Amino acid sequence: MTGTLKAYAVRLFPQVAALAIILFMVSLAFPGFFKLSFQNDRLYGSLIDILNRGAPVALLAIGMTVVIATKGIDLSVGAVMAICGAVAAASITAGHSLAFTLLVTISTGILCGLWNGVLVAVLDIQPIIATLVLMVAGRGIAQLITEGAILTFNHPGLIFIGSGSLFGLPMPVIIWLGFGLIVALLVRRTALGMLIEAVGVNRRASRLSGVSTGVLLIAAYILSGLCAALAGIIAAADIRGADANNAGLWLELDAILAVVVGGTSLLGGRFSIAASLLGAMIIQSINTGILLSGFPPEFNLIIKAAIIVLILVIQSPRAQSAFIWMSRVRAAEPKKEQEAK
Amino acid sequence: MNPRYLPLTATVAIFLIAYAVCIAQYPNMLSTRVIGNLLTDNAFLGIAAVGMTFVILSGGIDLSIGAVIAFTGVFLAVLLQSTAIHPLAAFALALIITTAFGAMMGAIIHHLEMPPFIVTLAGMFLARGMAFVLSIDSIPIKHPFYTSLKSFYYVLPGGGRLTLIGGLMLVVFLVGILIAHRTRFGADVYALGGGTATARLMGVPIGRTTVMIYALSGFLAGLSGIVFSLYTSAGYSLATVGVELDAIAAVVIGGTLLTGGSGFVAGTLIGILIQGLIQTYITFDGSLSSWWTKILIGLLLFAFILLQKALILLSDRRRRHA
Amino acid sequence: MQSVSSYVLSATGIDKIFPGARALNGVDFSLARGEVHALLGENGAGKSTLIKCLTGAYRRDGGRILLDGTEVDPHNTLEAQKLGIGTVYQEVNLLANLTVAENLFLGRQPRRFGLVDARAMNKQARALLSQYDLDIDVTAELSSFSVAVQQVIAIARAVDLSGKVLILDEPTASLDTHEVAMLFRIVRRLKDRGLGIIFITHFLEQVYDISDRITVLRNGQLVGTRDTAALPRRELIAMMLGRELVHEVSEAKQSEAKAPGAARFRFRGFGRKGHIQPFDLDVASGEVVGIAGLLGSGRTETAEILFGAERADSGTAEVDGRPLDLSSPRAAIREKFGFCPEDRKVDGIVGDLSVRENIVLALQARRGWARPISRSEQDRLADHYIKALDIRTSDREKPIRLLSGGNQQKAILARWLATNPEFLILDEPTRGIDVGAHAEIIRLIETLCEKGMSLIVISSELEELVAYSSRVLVLRDRAHVAELTGEEVTTNAIVEAIASAHEGRPS
Repeated sequence: MTGTLKAYAVRLFPQVAALAIILFMVSLAFPGFFKLSFQNDRLYGSLIDILNRGAPVALLAIGMTVVIATKGIDLSVGAVMAICGAVAAASITAGHSLAFTLLVTISTGILCGLWNGVLVAVLDIQPIIATLVLMVAGRGIAQLITEGAILTFNHPGLIFIGSGSLFGLPMPVIIWLGFGLIVALLVRRTALGMLIEAVGVNRRASRLSGVSTGVLLIAAYILSGLCAALAGIIAAADIRGADANNAGLWLELDAILAVVVGGTSLLGGRFSIAASLLGAMIIQSINTGILLSGFPPEFNLIIKAAIIVLILVIQSPRAQSAFIWMSRVRAAEPKKEQEAK
Repeated sequence: MNPRYLPLTATVAIFLIAYAVCIAQYPNMLSTRVIGNLLTDNAFLGIAAVGMTFVILSGGIDLSIGAVIAFTGVFLAVLLQSTAIHPLAAFALALIITTAFGAMMGAIIHHLEMPPFIVTLAGMFLARGMAFVLSIDSIPIKHPFYTSLKSFYYVLPGGGRLTLIGGLMLVVFLVGILIAHRTRFGADVYALGGGTATARLMGVPIGRTTVMIYALSGFLAGLSGIVFSLYTSAGYSLATVGVELDAIAAVVIGGTLLTGGSGFVAGTLIGILIQGLIQTYITFDGSLSSWWTKILIGLLLFAFILLQKALILLSDRRRRHA
Repeated sequence: MQSVSSYVLSATGIDKIFPGARALNGVDFSLARGEVHALLGENGAGKSTLIKCLTGAYRRDGGRILLDGTEVDPHNTLEAQKLGIGTVYQEVNLLANLTVAENLFLGRQPRRFGLVDARAMNKQARALLSQYDLDIDVTAELSSFSVAVQQVIAIARAVDLSGKVLILDEPTASLDTHEVAMLFRIVRRLKDRGLGIIFITHFLEQVYDISDRITVLRNGQLVGTRDTAALPRRELIAMMLGRELVHEVSEAKQSEAKAPGAARFRFRGFGRKGHIQPFDLDVASGEVVGIAGLLGSGRTETAEILFGAERADSGTAEVDGRPLDLSSPRAAIREKFGFCPEDRKVDGIVGDLSVRENIVLALQARRGWARPISRSEQDRLADHYIKALDIRTSDREKPIRLLSGGNQQKAILARWLATNPEFLILDEPTRGIDVGAHAEIIRLIETLCEKGMSLIVISSELEELVAYSSRVLVLRDRAHVAELTGEEVTTNAIVEAIASAHEGRPS
């Protein structure tokens, strides 16, 4: 068991280190950064704020991680968020119960995932193209549901999901932490994780070994749709309304980025949900950190781009072969010393 | 018929049928005025989409163009507001920057062997970020040269106006067609889309071609930015968000295979016109809502993906039985 | 002995070493002007490695290459092409999405005023192709033509660009008789023009039809170079499949040959259109049925439909009188089938996953995702098989792609043994692995057989087949053409069966 823990520590080290460095740098510029206070049965503070604001991207990153592990990509999650937010708002304003609303919204997300999954697994369309369809049409569908307006609601139950708190933490934080934990346990405590990785690395060999590759692929996109539904509910509940135009706008890119920063390769295979969640928090810390440290927010994107480029260059095959070469040179030196003895 | 013309034929047929339906309902839509506006309103999108066509033909993708257009607009506005530089010089400067920016992305894609999707995503953040840094406000451009450029137009029979930017888009398409089909570079772009490994075996300079493709896309995004600033007489860093998506949709609806290697620059023009037509129809109708544009374009996209999938299956089967 | 100067190409002592395997060992090869020289050998014999060394696709580790008497050292295929060595592959290496003319002139299109002169290019393309009796629309996409026509276009391009040596790598693999005849007319014409042509194929009739000399490689070694006219077919097959040890091994085995029990697995009229003609097959428990045949005879196709990787479209399959569901690999695995595929890298290993995960994969897939094998059980299974099969790996968590071919093969075997199969199909289990692992795998096959498993083993190593098979099926042209039982199972008999089937072919 200690071996497994150690493996986790090694795997997550770069992300934890990056997060720590970013948080430390922000605290230099903004001294009160680590301060937490407890008011009205809830923790307040910048760190809590990061956890809270990062909820949608964190949720999307969970599903995106699994999809990318299968060698896929899901461009539609931002649009699905908008659809699900619209469905939730439409259902609750139509007077349906909260339970019914959540059920319908989550089913909608699952349906969107099923659509993507069928295009990828059954029709064998490249994932980037297959999910583009819903990415383009999705926002139109969401607007169709809200009829172009921002559909506002004041149902306390639904609003609670966006701004309520439980166990001293904001609800969105509880939701993404809880859902991330459930999915991580689901894939690692069952054989799902290994089978998904096998499909991502070698779909043919996996099929020949009896893995139900089609079912797994569809399931991955369904999970991604489900995550988008949860993120959509939170985003809508947060602003007490469904904004079909802006809900989840460009969040698919942030989610993909979170996964890549988390160290999961876009070529599929090995994945870590914990690392992707850390990746999402890194991105949110950059956003919040720039805001707090008094940097003009317009630098936000440039810093983000610089960080991506840095991480990508480190991960690129060329750079890695250079690292391997360097470590070999270093490893060869002590050997020479031994030979000299 | 040669199957490679099938998607293009389908695109043209869809456009003609759609236009006929429009005219049947609103005879007013059959006028050079509508056509002139169609060209003017979609000029910046069309120019950027030509660049996207080359990128997609080579099997890549460029997510940065919307951000580059916005950057160019802000760059021009800031430059013209705060210096006495002539707009033409500013245009040249903008084009140099955006072309170098594209070439840079191409070089990273080739030399670091990174997926175009992620590299151009980073490029999108960078370009948008640069625009923000220049200015977060919408800056109006009031240079007299802009006014005189905007007053240039050719009156079409029937009273429609072919504006400078509308005409420029047509010229860009013509040049694009020429580059795609009448230069060695064009053949190399198709070769790359047909398969990088085979293209390399056949002697195609992969690195140079990749850099040139993204440089071309950067150049055309810059040109599109100039056109957009003429069109709106302003520079705004939040403008043209998501234009890359519209451009990709136009390219695919225009019959180009998203996996690369097959398609026509001319098809992209029709793809642009179909998108413009849907919007014009919705404007004419008045009761229809704008979101139908997105849904219809999504459906068209889906139909073309299925059509291309079917064509590939068909040609595979034919080859196996041959 | 021909004088050195008459050779357009001569290679001596070519070595190529891959990590963990010697792919070529001091191979000599020479090619005269106006000669068609067939290069033969089974998969993994080193044919394509030799070609890649000649064309610079691989860097050789030793030996000299002389072209027209001067030493050359091409660094890549483009350089080789400029020197005069052109290659045409089985998978046509042209761009299917470009037009015929563009394919012929890519990178050297005629230009006028800086623009490609399409009219001139098409005219030149037509002129070039007319030399090959090809009158086609050169403005059409390459993919609109049959593979045979594409092949000729590829030859035209290669000859136009190089002009001294033409290497044809399995050009006829997917052509029909008529198309082969057309291709051969062209090859003869090029030969008359003085080109040296290297011809790689696995169709022996074609070798006798067109080649002047034959060079046979086996396991990276040169077996010999002979004049085609002076080499009987039987002897050629023996050269290719190796027969030197035959007598002792098969003699020794005759004595202990046991009578096979009653058939347990019964296939009747089993087949799939376009893959393998319907065949009958009975396998008893504790029996090894060998499958022999040259490359492309339908060996792998037989394995694939037995395992459901390709669904059979005719016939029945039963075990102990009960019908078997072999509609997919998953179904076959539920029926306790297992399959070690021929192409280990593409169909076998899951490269980035660990040795442990690769070993438990099939068992886990059969149990379903909801019933995970506990980590301690996985460790136990992996350690057990690493020890039992002597899989050489520093630890069980190492990604399998880092292991040598032989150890990867053993891990795939372990994957199936972990599922406790009753019917195991091994497609070329000993190909491309070192001698030690080779012997271990053969011992393992015998042990499994003694334990009562039913095995199908496909191999191009005939001594091996003879050593462990109680019966051998012989395949040719995607059909089962002979079955040898008991004392008939000798390498001589197998060679005879393959050869006679070939001789009996109406051409």
